[in-house]
Parts: sequence; C-alpha cells; structure tokens
Amino acid sequence: MRTIDLTKSNIRELNEELHRQGGGANEDSWEVLNPRGAHAVAVGVDAPISISVKGSVGYYCGGMNKQAQVTVHGSAGPGVAENMMSGKVVIKGDASQYAGATGRGGLLVIEGNASSRCGISMKGIDIVVKGNIGHMSAFMAQSGHLVVCGDAGDALGDSLYEAKLFVRGSVKSLGADCVEKDMRPEHHAALTKLLKDAGITDIKPDEFKRYGSARKLYNFNIDNADAY
Amino acid sequence: MTYHNPQTVPRQSATFDDYALSEIRRAAATGIYDIRGGGSKRRVPHFDDLLFLGASISRYPLEGYREKCTTSVTLGTRFAKKPIELKIPITIAGMSFGALSANAKEALGRGASIAGTSTTTGDGGMTPEERGQSKTLVYQYLPSRYGMNPDDLRKADAIEVVVGQGAKPGGGGMLLGQKISDRVAEMRNLPKGIDQRSACRHPDWTGPDDLEIKILELREITEWEKPIYVKVGGTRPYYDTALAIKAGADVVVLDGMQGGTAATQEVFIENVGLPTLACIRPAVQALQDLGMHRKVQLIVSGGIRTGADAAKALALGADAVSIGIAALAALGDNDPALDDEYRKLGTRAGCYDDWHEGRDPAGITTQDPALSQRLDPVRAGRRLANYLKVMTLEIQTVARAAGHNHIHNLEPEDLCALTLEAAAMARVPLAGTDWYPGKPGASGF
Repeated sequence: MRTIDLTKSNIRELNEELHRQGGGANEDSWEVLNPRGAHAVAVGVDAPISISVKGSVGYYCGGMNKQAQVTVHGSAGPGVAENMMSGKVVIKGDASQYAGATGRGGLLVIEGNASSRCGISMKGIDIVVKGNIGHMSAFMAQSGHLVVCGDAGDALGDSLYEAKLFVRGSVKSLGADCVEKDMRPEHHAALTKLLKDAGITDIKPDEFKRYGSARKLYNFNIDNADAY
Repeated sequence: MTYHNPQTVPRQSATFDDYALSEIRRAAATGIYDIRGGGSKRRVPHFDDLLFLGASISRYPLEGYREKCTTSVTLGTRFAKKPIELKIPITIAGMSFGALSANAKEALGRGASIAGTSTTTGDGGMTPEERGQSKTLVYQYLPSRYGMNPDDLRKADAIEVVVGQGAKPGGGGMLLGQKISDRVAEMRNLPKGIDQRSACRHPDWTGPDDLEIKILELREITEWEKPIYVKVGGTRPYYDTALAIKAGADVVVLDGMQGGTAATQEVFIENVGLPTLACIRPAVQALQDLGMHRKVQLIVSGGIRTGADAAKALALGADAVSIGIAALAALGDNDPALDDEYRKLGTRAGCYDDWHEGRDPAGITTQDPALSQRLDPVRAGRRLANYLKVMTLEIQTVARAAGHNHIHNLEPEDLCALTLEAAAMARVPLAGTDWYPGKPGASGF
C-alpha cells in the first residue's frame, strides 16, 4: 500500500502518481491522508486500483473516474464522481450538491445523505443513497439508476429522460414530466443487484416505488407550455 | 368628364411590416415560437462602421509582399504546459456533430489544418472524423456534457468551457427530433427523434468561484497540459472577462450577437446580447486593468466575414478571431447554385436559416445520409482553406498599410468611426475628429 499525505504532498503530486498507474503491474492499493477538504482529489484516474481517502474532500473528488474504487472516509463536497465512467466511488459520510452529475457509468454509493441535484444530467451511472436526497435531484437525467433509501426533496426527476428512479421513503414533489411507474420484475431485479452492490442488506426492494419519465415533453407541444 | 376623388397610395406600417405580420400569422397558426439557426439578422453597429487610417507622413507603411507581417498567434501561455501555436489569427468556432453532418465536420478539420488553425467541437462531443482531420482541435466543455469523457479530453489540444454564446447568451442548446439520428442519439445518450433541449447552466458549478475549481479539476485530469478557454456570450464583457481571468482561464472567447447557433428561438437571437463591436473594448479594458492583456488571450467572434473585420477586431485588442457562419458559407452553405432547392423549402439562397430542420440541400446542417453525401469534405475543406488564406492576406495588407510588422501591433489608433454609435462602442474617434462619445476628459455635446 502506498500512502500519500496531503500535508506533505500537493494535489498535483497525488493525481500525477495516480495517473501513472495502470495495467496491473503497479501499486494497486492507495491511501490518502489529511485531505482536509481539498478539491479534485483522485480525479481522472484510469486504473483498477483502490484509493482510500481518510477524511473529507472538497469539490469533484473522483471526477471522471475510470475503473478505480475510491472510498472517502468522510464527507464529500459538490460534484463528487462527476462524469464518472466506470469503477466505484463510496462516500461514508454525506455528499454535497450535484453528486454523480453527468456520470456515464460505474457505481456511486453515498452512505449518508446527498444534497440537491443529486444525479443531475446522469448518463448511465448508478447512484445509491442510503439517506435522503435534496431538491431537483435527477434533473434532466438521461439514463442509469438512482436509488434512494430515504426521502427525496422537491421536484424529483424534473425534465427526466430515460433514467430510472427508486425511492423508498417519501417524495416531496415530482418535477415536470416525472411520474410514478409500476415496478416490473426487471426493475425489481435491477434494484436487488444495486442494493447488493452497495452493500445494503437490511432493506428490501419491495419497499421502493419507481419513478420515470411520462415522455410528454419529448416533442414540443404548445398545450404543455405550463410545464416548460 | 367623370370626377375621381384622388386617393393616397397604399402604405405599409413601418412597425407592422411584412416580416412582423408574417410572424404573427405564423405564431397564430402553429402555436410554437420561431426556431432557426444563424445569428442576429438585424442591422447593428459593426466593423463596417470603422475605417483604417493607413499610413501617412507621421507613420510609414511596410512594403507589401517584401517586408514581413507576421500572423502567428500563441494561445494558452498563462498556465498550459502545451500552448497552441496557430499560423493565422482566425480559428473555427465550435459547431457540433449533430448540428452539422460528419462530412461538414471533416471538411472544417481539413480546411483549418491546411490553413494552420484550429477547429472546435460542439454539443455533440468529439467525432473521429474531426479529431482525425484537425491538426489542432479544441474540445468544448458544455452544460449538456454530451459524450464527455476523459479520453477525448486528453486527446484534445485545448479545452473550451462554454458558459454562453452570442446568439443566445443565457440559453441552452437545442437539437430538434429531425436531426437526432441513431448516431447522434448514441453520442448524446438520448432517445432517437426527441426534441433535445440542452441545459443552459453547467450541472456542477455556478459562479466564478466554482468555475475556478472546475478549471482546476480539468487541469488536474489533463496534467496541466491543455490551454483552457472560457467562452462567454456578449452580455457584460468587462465583468465576464475579469471573472474568467480570475477563475484561471488561459484564453477568453467572446461571442457577440451576430454569432451563429445551430438552432434557437428567433426572439433570443434578435433580442438578447450585445453586438460584437460593443464587446471588444470592455473586454480588453478588463484584461488591461488586471495586467493580463496578451497574457490571457482574447478571441472575438460574431459576424466576422473578411480580413478587414478580423483586422479591426485585432486593432481593438483581440488576439484572434473566430468564424462559424462564414466558414459554413465557404463550405457551400446558402450557395446561389442551390437556389431552386432553397425555394422549395420556402426560402432562397442567402436567407436559408432553418438549419434545425435537417433538410439542408448543401449537405452541411443535416443528418440525412443522402443530403450529407452531397458535400465532398476534401473539396469543401480546400474552399475553406482558400478563404482563410485570403482573409489572412487581407489582414496583412491592412496591417502593412498601417505600418505594422505583426498583426498584434494593430491598435485602436489605426481606426476611426463612421457613426457616433460605432465611435462610442469601439472608443475610436469619429472620422475627421479627435472625439468619441464617452471619451475621458471630453465634455460631450
């Protein structure tokens, strides 16, 4: 295991080291000490390595991640795992706004709560939140899954495309063109797998409701003007 | 003899003119706002309202063709490890695959590479056609983030964070269902055939403090190699330029209201934003106030057609200009040879702007395979290269006449204005006077 202490190294040195990894011959286990809210921790990594961050991080931790497994033993600032391509990012604490924004693949697990705009514009990422999520989450979400074990705030799934949303608790309000949908066997199966991958064993898929796009805003119609 | 009461001739209202009435009828019949491509078509103060003074007894000119007038531009000298070197001060503006056909994107890449300049991706992500043909490619980082990925980010030669564009500052992208083909849908991760509305704000940052952190992240992902541009529409050019510099931009791209778009609402294009001429001096002022003029480069776009336009923008303090609509015209857009086909679409050559419908007979603003094939990317690329070279020669001609051995030595003192409006906006004297409205120390009328 390699340890990088951010009181002794800077972010550039950390990311440069992480970007050198790849292909299996390198150090596959990394520990980052004293992040103290630093921005851009472990961004742009493209290697099957595990990175354990011991403390809270600032903006964009794990941004554009490919392959790596990043675990933050603390809370994460805005845009954690933004545009993630693959791999896994786990936040042991809470996450600020825009968690998983525009993510295209991989799994983001937030063990605490997520703030507003969780999963905004998501494009294939899977996000599992053990706690609650804030308002405008999954805004313009295109594809992927958002699983919320707690409650969702206002305007969930506003202007949603084809992402699938599962909420166990209450939804304060649904956004434009987002509706509750039937939970079919394939959704049950997908949800079961996501909960398992996120290490959640004490919650059953039956406890969730599914939400998705009504697809009424896909083509412009003046009679829907109130929704625009 | 019969007596006739004399009658006045029919008179149309200047306010309710043919266009205004036709728009009322169109809106009433269709129930949808008018969507079109291109930039502002209204007359606004522009580079036509400025003239170069040329050399005289107090300044002597350079010998054409014999004395050198250098045109090279380096972009990204502030922070990037690998700044961009261009042979000419004219770049190709961001235009998406989706808005344009793959052949058109390839033609832009070919033409720009021959001429020694860069092209720019758009809302649809990076295509192999464009990366393959563009020696220097700027990758746009847009609110929609369609197709965004770290591999393409690293393949780019520069990254342009798009905050806005001149045709629609404050508006997001728009691509209507007719143009969402299988390939476009796949690149954007959207269902085929929907009316795609891109976001107008970035999903994971708002404001200059966030932008600074976003730029840090992009630099970290790409090892601080790539120049990072920030593109803004012309609205508050002094503050936007100052804030972009503060956020760490290497290059500021400033797009006035004549700058084109693939598609947006007519009401947006014609009523929101500043003319290009009004944007340049405030932006240069911000650069100078922060001690960053020529350290952070300024690229100006929106209605650049000729070497004269480009030279005037450079004289007002820009480091380079960017062209979009003009580049499409060079490829063959709106060519009179296609007039019969334009008329079948209810318009005529020179006026065609329904680019969102995807029925472009020139094969440029379309995803229709048969129409796209009409554009030969090699020939069209050559036409663009010719046009860029002519523009560059024109800039050199004017710069030599004003006595400059590098195009960046052009200065506001080389210019005068034909109208009060242009004098005020460009802050150069009204022709034949030493005065412009708002000149420090001048009392005005």
